[in-house]
Amino acid sequence: MPSVLAVGISRIGYELKTYVRTPDALFFNFMFPLMMLVVFTVAFSEMELDIPGAGRVLTSADIYLPAMLAMGVLVSGTQNLGIDMAIEKHDGTLRRLSGSPISPISYFIGKFGQVFVSATLQALFLILIARFAFGAQLPETADAWVTLTWVFYLGLVASSILGIAISALPRSAKSANAVVLPPILILQFISGVYLSFSSLPEWLQNFASFFPLKWIGQGFRSVFYPDAFKQAELGGQWYLDQVFLALVVWVLLGLVVTVLTFKWVRKS
Amino acid sequence: MVHSLAILQRIIKLGEMNAIEVRALTKKYQDLTAVSDVSFEIAAGETFVLLGPNGAGKSTTIEILEGFRTRSSGEVRVLGEDPQKASRAFRSRIGIVQQSAGDLGRLSVGDIVRHFAGLYPNPRDADEVLAAVGLESKASEPVKKLSGGQQHRVDVALGLIGNPEVLFLDEPTTGFDPEVRRGFWEVIRNLQQEGMTIMLTTHYLDEAEELGHRGGVIVDGKLVAIGEISELGGTEARKTEVSWFENGITEKHKTDNPAWFIGELSARLGQEPERLQVKTPGLEEVYLELLAGHRNGVKVED
Repeated sequence: MPSVLAVGISRIGYELKTYVRTPDALFFNFMFPLMMLVVFTVAFSEMELDIPGAGRVLTSADIYLPAMLAMGVLVSGTQNLGIDMAIEKHDGTLRRLSGSPISPISYFIGKFGQVFVSATLQALFLILIARFAFGAQLPETADAWVTLTWVFYLGLVASSILGIAISALPRSAKSANAVVLPPILILQFISGVYLSFSSLPEWLQNFASFFPLKWIGQGFRSVFYPDAFKQAELGGQWYLDQVFLALVVWVLLGLVVTVLTFKWVRKS
Repeated sequence: MVHSLAILQRIIKLGEMNAIEVRALTKKYQDLTAVSDVSFEIAAGETFVLLGPNGAGKSTTIEILEGFRTRSSGEVRVLGEDPQKASRAFRSRIGIVQQSAGDLGRLSVGDIVRHFAGLYPNPRDADEVLAAVGLESKASEPVKKLSGGQQHRVDVALGLIGNPEVLFLDEPTTGFDPEVRRGFWEVIRNLQQEGMTIMLTTHYLDEAEELGHRGGVIVDGKLVAIGEISELGGTEARKTEVSWFENGITEKHKTDNPAWFIGELSARLGQEPERLQVKTPGLEEVYLELLAGHRNGVKVED
């Protein structure tokens, strides 16, 4: 029997090929944050953020880079897997696979691998475009890059598991988009992706803190913004320990929901 | 004589290992009994056809054997395993031909078949399988660009790629044009010659006659007949019917010895019988009789 890992790795290639050849996925999951970065940076090119003692002024590219990175984590994980797996549950993909000797673990290795590869490329493009097209300033300390890396990948795991959990909601392949997209869009509005988080009313900030996206954005701001900007955050600190905690809690929560709702073979 | 030969063949088959054994299989939903007390076995290397009208319980039965459905009661063994607890090893020994390729749109035929080959311990060669289903020239085409019949052949290829001992086909040719059906039958005949055990459901009688060694007729969840395809319905239903015109009415007589009967008839009439017809009921007549008999509440004997 071929090993679970070897099959899982072959699934990554298979999933990536499918992803690249699915125009919807390529546009709404991969290109969308890149386009939004360009749109926002250009549209608000006059915008500047200044805080006494920050040492520098934030341009629109500086402001939107962490926001779009956070958006990328959400759409590459939750939106992508939420829609993709909801469709696979209803169009016969899972049924076909569960009739073959593949282990569900190999299937999930394929899904996570696809998310990790596409999200990593997306983040690289975001950073390169922000830096070289719009002059965004990148972090200079190794510490900051380490923070960027763990927030990004822990956030991606949480976001992916949330996507698997949310894929239980649509009742047909056709309704997948309609069911998954609205909550994700709302989450972006209340979590500081489109609108500056610090400009939202405090009750809404508190509400958004129940969800992972706000914490991912906060972690990214801590990396790309000068330290003095932490006073604009809820509680006046970056609270990276809480970022870590919140994301771990979401990973566990997503796992519980997945275990309860995901059925490899849907026996009736 | 023919009859005793068939009995002998069955006795010999009992000695062989059965690939599939189903005993008193019953599947109940809240207030609906989809399959009721169905029993049959399929010998290794045999092609067994489950015939029946739409909604009779064919798909439910085959899906229980495939491990896609649970059963309410009864015993099921496929290759000695209970499909309800299908292990990966079990999955590698059976092949399932799905009814639609709706999930396979974007990748090429070759990519998909090669990928699925990698899921099995002893797969067939991907190119050979593509050739067997007549898709070797389509290997680099995306599945969604193929015609419906060609897409279905991808399903067949994926059912075969793992080199299964048992192949399940659920209404494999529904919606096919006649030429594609003939081509598909040819693929199945080649597999039969390799000794593959095949279970297929269909509501096409010609398909059952073309492909089946043995078969069963299922109506309203009950197995109303089982046996060699050529003997389905039992000897009474298979009796030759002689009809002729005498004294202004059409007379009919069922007999096992039509030649002898016509000889007697001619002798009695002292002339050639008028409008003489000798009809041996085909599978279609027998099948329709079985359905009508079941629906009228008549118990049909095997």
